Order: sequence, then structure tokens, then C-alpha cells
Amino acid sequence: MTDLTSLGVKDIRDGVAKGDFTAREVATSFNAAVAEAAHLNAFIVTTPDHALAAADKVDAARAAGEALGRMAGVPIGMKDLFATNGVQTTAASHILEGFTPRYESTVSQKLWDAGAGMLGKLNLDQFAMGSSNETSFFGNVTSPWKKAGSNAAMSPGGSSGGSSAAVAARIAPAATGTDTGGSIRQPAAFTGICGIKPTYGRCSRWGIVAFASSLDQAGPMARSVEDCAIMLGAMAGFDPKDATSLQMDVPDWEAALNSDLRGKKVGIPREYRMEGTDQAILESWEQGKAWLRDAGAEIVDVSLPHTKYALPAYYIVAPAEASSNLARYDGVRYGLRDLPEGVGLQDMYAATRAAGFGDEVKRRILIGTYVLSAGFYDAYYTQAQKVRALVARDFALAFEQCDVILAPTTPTASFPLGSMNEDPLTMYLNDVFAVPASLAGLPAMSVPATINADGLPLGLQLVGKPFDEQGVLNAGLAIQQRAGFTAKPEKWW
Amino acid sequence: MSNYRIQGTTGEWEVVIGLEVHAQVTSNAKLFSGAATAFGAEPNAQVSLVDAAMPGMLPVPNRECIRQAVRTGMAIEAQINAWSRFDRKNYFYADLPQGYQISQLYHPIVGEGSLLIEADEKAGIAEDKVIGIERIHVEQDAGKLMHDQHPTMSYVDLNRSGVALMEIVSRPDMRSPAEAGAYLRKLRAILRYVGSCDGNMEEGSMRADVNVSVRKAGEPFGTRTETKNVNSVRFVMQAIEHEAMRQVDVLESGGKIVQETRLFDPGTGTTRTMRSKEDAHDYRYFPDPDLLPLVLEDDFLAECRASLPELPDAKRKRYVEVLGLTPYNARELTAEVETFARFETLLSETAKATGKGDADVATQVANWSLSVAPGVLKALGDEGDPANATAAAQASILAMADKAEISGGQAKEIFEIVLKTGRDPAEIAEAEGLKQVSDTGAIEAAVDAIIAANADKVEQYRAGKEALFGFFVGQTMKAMQGKANPQLVNQLLKGKLG
Repeated sequence: MTDLTSLGVKDIRDGVAKGDFTAREVATSFNAAVAEAAHLNAFIVTTPDHALAAADKVDAARAAGEALGRMAGVPIGMKDLFATNGVQTTAASHILEGFTPRYESTVSQKLWDAGAGMLGKLNLDQFAMGSSNETSFFGNVTSPWKKAGSNAAMSPGGSSGGSSAAVAARIAPAATGTDTGGSIRQPAAFTGICGIKPTYGRCSRWGIVAFASSLDQAGPMARSVEDCAIMLGAMAGFDPKDATSLQMDVPDWEAALNSDLRGKKVGIPREYRMEGTDQAILESWEQGKAWLRDAGAEIVDVSLPHTKYALPAYYIVAPAEASSNLARYDGVRYGLRDLPEGVGLQDMYAATRAAGFGDEVKRRILIGTYVLSAGFYDAYYTQAQKVRALVARDFALAFEQCDVILAPTTPTASFPLGSMNEDPLTMYLNDVFAVPASLAGLPAMSVPATINADGLPLGLQLVGKPFDEQGVLNAGLAIQQRAGFTAKPEKWW
Repeated sequence: MSNYRIQGTTGEWEVVIGLEVHAQVTSNAKLFSGAATAFGAEPNAQVSLVDAAMPGMLPVPNRECIRQAVRTGMAIEAQINAWSRFDRKNYFYADLPQGYQISQLYHPIVGEGSLLIEADEKAGIAEDKVIGIERIHVEQDAGKLMHDQHPTMSYVDLNRSGVALMEIVSRPDMRSPAEAGAYLRKLRAILRYVGSCDGNMEEGSMRADVNVSVRKAGEPFGTRTETKNVNSVRFVMQAIEHEAMRQVDVLESGGKIVQETRLFDPGTGTTRTMRSKEDAHDYRYFPDPDLLPLVLEDDFLAECRASLPELPDAKRKRYVEVLGLTPYNARELTAEVETFARFETLLSETAKATGKGDADVATQVANWSLSVAPGVLKALGDEGDPANATAAAQASILAMADKAEISGGQAKEIFEIVLKTGRDPAEIAEAEGLKQVSDTGAIEAAVDAIIAANADKVEQYRAGKEALFGFFVGQTMKAMQGKANPQLVNQLLKGKLG
């Protein structure tokens, strides 16, 4: 029998539907793979029973001749930022350690409704703040990839580092991610998998622990463009419980996948040629152009002149929102409470939040509090919002000349854990190519392109017009077909 | 111009007052969650996941709350902003689960409007005055802390957390406690007419932050203080009076007024410092990223406008100009929703019962509603059941009076019996003999008999002693056992006496 853990979403769904194997067999295989992979620290909690129960439901439905959902029989990993009913939800923080919601996020509920099951809650950077998965209270996630000739533990990227590691290690066929400033795309690129952040508002934010509300978007992480299209279709849709949710029909992205790009124009933003970008990444970008040209697209130069201001603007807007969003973790109603003997409310807040938040979270709360303060608001927050509008306008103008934009996902490949912690700014720079699309709310995807000289994966990024996930997926498919990316990490765990 | 002045040792001081009124929007559900809003529920019985700020919960604006704020804005003829936005006001407190209040600082839903307070000599308001209203915005209420449940801990009740409030901010246009009181009463009436707030100050549905400063005539505004959460008209007036005097004392003894937040103590009628500007929070207002700007469509605005009832000023004007009521009666009848509602019901019932037009019976109904009926009710005390005072019963009494079947005195007597027993007024009039005689023949006979028996007095009257007319009326009424229609008696006597 096939090793079921080598299969992706589409193959599992189709195999279960055809009766090649049962959903229970799939769930059992992945549960076992998860159990063996504790060294990756990809999961904060595992939920094998959830996966089995969902599988049994699918097998029963199939036996009864009922129609199966679009994710039927597919066990997935759930980033621990999504509230899951009855299962601990922590955002990888101490302050929410032991918190078990009595509600289910809209996105996870939609996935269960589509027939998926849950292998467990995936580790991440604490409150989704980080680019290396080193800020989790529950320890670093280790990438399944190794640098050639080195045994150093590598970063799976972040913040969806548990998701990227699990999917790359084939202990989950797919996982949910969230992307605020690259948190799906950067880890996908670091681990040789696909990940798409849809247009802001496509996926409901209801039940997702908030980082920066105006930027946060959920999306799928999987090993193929097709799998992403299938899973995104199950996750997306209008939700009246989220006031920023898009009131639009969800297209059948899977059915409309088409890698024939004749008549399409692909824009190459000249400002993305930045100092500090690896030569191999620049070469893969050139290769990407060639692949898309080969798929029939015309390559055009475009300009996104405010690109260099995007990252600084992001590091004002996102912390500002976070400083307010995280105020609710105060020890009063749920989660950690640190109440030293004989102290008052203010001291309880201070003690609880000092103990409950990690350094990076505290750093961003402080930055956010500062930029919103009286006297600094206009200089920082207002100015950053102006930059954000200009970045969005850059894209709008560029999309008058092209249909989709091709760029690197990251300026470097994965790095060893612990190697980038000296200066937070160097870490922040890793998201320099990802952040502009987040500020503009655009659909953006990373697809694996190649392996660098160190044997580490590199990703290419596609950015589309608002609501044009299809255009992004189609261009991604064209690259996937030509890249022939088959590399996978050697199992060492 | 208000002539209210505070007499200090250095001369007269003028008081400048602005009010920020927090009015709870009448709605079954909270501003951003589906939770209920009824007063008096068990603690934490009306708390949704959103109100408790559970992780990942999101606010969604409640259409009805927005609608009520817009209708209120329209009722004060204010500018309605078709584009407005919610901001977060950030601060930590145990009654504020999110760590921020969703409010509208930068772009409120309602802009400039105004409200008219009427001249009221009794209250010391010499002439009508327009009070400017700067804005109305909608925001969430906070929960409530209970400090008396446990020796060392405080409890939190989140039932009010997230309830929709309108903050109605006046211009500093008031110059006396009386004007502030009149403004509050008028605002409360408008809110209750519109139905956007029940105006119940005891239950906290309406409370005011009172901004007060003092100055010498012609000088620029002085430094103001803000007294928070004052919850009755009387307390607002007391707070202003006390605070103005305190400020004058401070200034005249060489001190300076500190811009600060103060608390009103209803027990002593005084205010005291709550926190000064130095301890003021930096609220770090910024647009709420969970909410899109609020855009009001034309259809929505048209519905809001169409659903507005006749408002106090228009109603008062109509009562005077169309119904012919005195300005005093018109003001009294339009002051409260219940008052005008009872009046208008009785008016239409009475018009129906008499077959006359509203304007023909309005004065009679107004006098009955404002003085006769309340007088009888009050005199009866516990003996009368106000529930028996149905519009139909009262209209029946008023119609009998209108047709001269009963006298004014009989009307009161019948109403008394109605209040005590709930019997039918027409039946009472019959059974108790409470009808006046309008039979011309019977009265004429009595008049003739009296004229015949008092020839001397007739002589004197005819010679010019007109005061004797009252004697003849009295004699006739006596002969008729007080039941004769006085108008007929007058008429017949005049005719016969020549």
C-alpha cells in the first residue's frame, strides 16, 4: 500500500472518495507520523481522536452513499491561533496556556464541515509575532530541513512555523496558517511548500486570536497549488460575525485552475531588487520569469515606488493594533492571572502581563503603545497609514499594466535557529518582500522554486489583484509545473 | 440672556455650562453583540463572548442602535454624517473587558444640531433660548464593579458591558442651573418622543457629565472642571451651583481652577476631585481595525426620517395654533410622552363622543386633563383607582358636560364615582340623579314662580340694581335643587326680567 503520509489533500480526498483507502487509515497514518515527530516540536497539543472521529464520519458518509465535502477524509494541522471548541488554544503564549474555548473559529468550523479532521494544534510564534518560530512559549519549532553538511537546527520560518514544518515533514498533508505580514508565505518558502494568503476579508477572522486586525488573514499551507486551491475553497466565505468579511461568492478555484498564461502579463517590480538579497534568490526570480514566459505570459517591468517604506509602516501599524488587541489579556476573566499577595488591580495587570507575554510580544506592545501616544500619533500612526495608502496605490497602478506580480518571497533562505536573534530589525527584514501585499490586502502566494547550494528551498511569490486568487493560483501552478520541485527533507527526527 | 450671577466679593460672576449626556439606546441587543440589554438581570446573565472579550471575538455593529442614533440626530435637526467611523479608546480597567471602549472620536455619526429651551418665568428662564449641540456619537458602555461582595476582592458584572450609548455633547451655551435643567428635560423629552432612549435616570439610562467654568462678564471662558456621571436633573443643577460657587471662592482667594475630573456626592450636594489632568489617561485613540467605516445609504436615512414622530416643538406649536390651547397648557401637555399621549387619546375620544372637531373640544379636554381630573384623583387618594380613568369614561363625562347634560360640578362627582367603582359615567348620571335640567319648560316655571314671589326685587332690578341678578339665579337654582343648566337659567332670567 502507498505510504499514505506521502499524499496531499487532493490525493487523499480522491482516494477516500474512490475507496482506495479509508479516511480512518489516513488519519491513523498521520497520527502515527505526528507522534513520531515530537522532535520537530511542530505541535503544541495533538488531537488524534479529533482526526479519527472526523475520519469515521467521512467513512460512514461514504458507506451511506452521501455526498462528501471538499476536504473529506483529510486530517490537517490547525495553527494554534484558531479557537477550537474544547481544545486548548494558546497563541503559543503563557498567558493563554490552558485556555480552552467553548467556541469554534469560523474557518476551522468550515474545514470540519468540509470533512477535514484535526491532528493537533500547531506551534507558532507567540501571538503570531515572529519570523522564525523562536518566540513561542512552548519552544522553537525545528525545520525538517538541514543545511547541507550541517546538523544545525534550522528555522521553519514564522509565524506559521509549526504549520510549515508539519507539512514539509509530511506529518500533515496540509495546515492552516495566518498571514499578517508574511506569516504564511515566508515559512512556506523556507520549507519548500505552498501557502496562499487570500484577499483581506476572504476568510473570516472570527475566532482567530487577533494580532493586527486590519492585516490578519487565514490561508492554507500545503504541498501543491492544487491542494491550496481546494483547502482555500473550504476556508473562505462571507461571515456575518466578522464586519470586515467580504460579502462575495467564493469561486471554485480548484475547478478553474489553468496554467495556460497566454494573454496574461506578469509584472516584475524593479524596487524588489534590494541589497542584501541572496544571489540564488535573484537567480530563481530570473528562472521564474522564464517559466512564466514559457507558460505564455508576457513579462513587463512595473514600479512599486513606495516599497522601501512598506516595512517601517508595517512595524508601526501592526504593533499599534496589537497593543490594543492584546489589552484583553489582563488576568481578569480567563488565562493566566498573577495576583501577588495583597496587591491591587494595576499590580495584577502588571504581574500577569509581565509573566504571560514573551519578549517579542512585549516589544511590539511597547512599540504600539508608543506610536499611538498623544504627541506621537500623527508622526507615526497617521504617517504610516498614509504610507499604507501609497503602497496600495502603487499596486493599483501596477495592476493597470499587469495581471499578476512575480517577486521573491524572502531575501534569504532559512537560517539556523538562534542565528538572527541579536537584532530584531534583521529578523524583521526577512519579511520585506511579503509585507507590501499585506498592507495592500492583496492575495499573495509562495510556491517552491528551487533548492539553493546549501540544499535549502527557495520560494517565489505571486501577488494578485484584489479578489483574484485565481490569477495567483494559476501563475503558481505554471511555476509548479515547470519547477518540478520534488526535493524533500531527509527524515532525521 | 440669563441673569443668573454668582455674587462674589469682587463682583458678579457668570457661569458657563456644557453638558455631555450619555443616553442608553433603546434596543434589545448591545451595540456590537447579540446580547440582551434588559435592566435588572442577574449579574453576568447578559454577556456574550464578544462582551467578555474572549480571544478572537469581533464586534459587528447593531443596525437598530445606529438607526436610533440617526433618528435622534434628525430630531435635533443635526447634520447626519453619512460616513462615520469607530475609534478605540484604550485604557485598562476591570469593567472594560476588551481593554478599550469602542467609541467615535474623530468622525461622529451626528454633527452640529441644536435644541430649544422655552422661556419659563417660574424657573427663571426669561426667554426662549437655543442651545447648540456639537455632536452625537455612539459608543459602548462598560461593565460594573461590585466592591461589597467580598472582603478583599471586587466582583465584575458585565451585563452593561457593550450596551449602546449615545453621547450627546452640548456647546457651552448654558448660563444657569435652570437652563441646564431645562436643557436636560427637553433633551429627555425629545429622546422619549423619538423612542431612542427611555430617559430613565434612576436606572442609569441617562446620565450627564457636567462641565462648569466661571468668568467675569465679557471675559473669555475660564478653566473648566468636569463632574462625571450625575444622574438626575436636580443633581445636575445642584452640582453646577456648588461647583460654580467653589470656583468663585477659589478664584477670589487668589487660587487657580485646575482642569480636572470631579465626582458629585448626592448626599452632600457637593463635588470633589476624582483625578486631575496630570493623572489623565492617554487613551491612544485610533480607528478600530475590526470595523469598516459606517456608511449610511440614502434609503436608510429616508426610513429614519420617515419614522420620526411629531416632535415637542412642532406639537406645542400645533396645540396653540391649531387646537387653540394656551401656550401654558400646550407646554404642559407636550412636556412628557405619557402626558401628550393621554391627552391626544382623550381628545380624539371626546371629539368622537361629541361629534365635534378636535379644536372645538381641545380647551375643554386640556383643562380637564391638566387640572380637573388630576385634582379629583389627588383628592381621592387611595380611594380612587386610576385604572378606572379610561379614555372612554372620561370622554363620556366630557361629552355629557359638552352637551350641558351635566354641570362642571356633576362632572367631578361622576368622575369620583368612576374612579371608585369603575361604573359607566352615563349610568352614574342617570342612577345618581347627577344630571342638570335643561328642560326649558321646568326651568321657566320655576323662574316664573320666583319672579311672581319677588315682585319687589324685580322692581329694584329693573330700576338698575343689577347685582340682584345673582339673587334670582340663586333662587332658581335652589328651586331646581341645583340641577338646572345655569346657562338656561341665565338666559331665561335675562329674558323675563327684561
